[in-house]
Amino acid sequence: MVIGLEHYLIVGAIVFTLGMAGIILNRKNVIIIMMSIELILLAVNINLVAFSAQLHDLTGQIFGLFILTVAAAEAAIGLAILVTYFRNRRTIAVEDINMMKG
Amino acid sequence: MSVATAFFYLFSFVTIASSAMVITGRNPVHSVLFLIVAFVSSAGLFLLAGAEFLAMLLVVVYVGAVMVLFLFVVMMLDVDFAELQKSAKRYLPLGGLVALVVLAELALVVGSWTVAPQAVLSTPTPGNLSNTAALGQVLYTQYVYLFQAAGFVLLTAMIGAIVLTLHHRPNVKRQDISAQNARTRASAIENKQVPSRTGVPVP
Repeated sequence: MVIGLEHYLIVGAIVFTLGMAGIILNRKNVIIIMMSIELILLAVNINLVAFSAQLHDLTGQIFGLFILTVAAAEAAIGLAILVTYFRNRRTIAVEDINMMKG
Repeated sequence: MSVATAFFYLFSFVTIASSAMVITGRNPVHSVLFLIVAFVSSAGLFLLAGAEFLAMLLVVVYVGAVMVLFLFVVMMLDVDFAELQKSAKRYLPLGGLVALVVLAELALVVGSWTVAPQAVLSTPTPGNLSNTAALGQVLYTQYVYLFQAAGFVLLTAMIGAIVLTLHHRPNVKRQDISAQNARTRASAIENKQVPSRTGVPVP
């Protein structure tokens, strides 16, 4: 049995779904929400790499590289905001983040 | 079943199982550790697909840098995570429903897509190069502007993180170099005549 593109796509779909369920299940905890976002980006990367390997086209891997860059930047800034917020409010519960009344 | 197939199933099972542990874990430190396992095993999946450079990048950048940053922050914040976790049971039906719907839609898409016949490959993989060399040849020529833009994204993230977390404490003594350099003998030293058997009042 040869591992084809569909196998990778199914793994990517399951990881994506788990990441989305994680956002809904842990909607109070910002850290778990950020980890779920990382899972979603990982699923996107799995799909891009699978298509890149299947079609023999390097563009998918290039864009996987850029997604990795953006995810690293997002994690850094998100955690910095989290640290600043915790320093001011002593909590990280999502429902307490309402100072801006948006 | 060949070795590659067996490893594909091993890596994908570990990825999915540890992703599930990330979102259901009670302790966020365990969640971070399971996320590391998920990233390492999906690096194995990338290796199986032939993307060696991206696999190594995932291990070095994600596991080595981003996840360690997560671990630092999780351990630094003194939060009562059990309090935050209480509502997870209440959202389980909604989360499960949304996850099922999305998974069903994705399964329908996976089952029925085809590549458009008129689609052309923009950068076909050269056969005689390793994956890293081929990626470098494309990245530094065709995608060089996007590469620079990615560098600027990282620079902005670095400056933003520093600006957000740097805060000035008012009662910390710091070195003031201009004040040090502006000191003269007259402003620093005072001569006093000390009478015998008395002393000098110290300000």
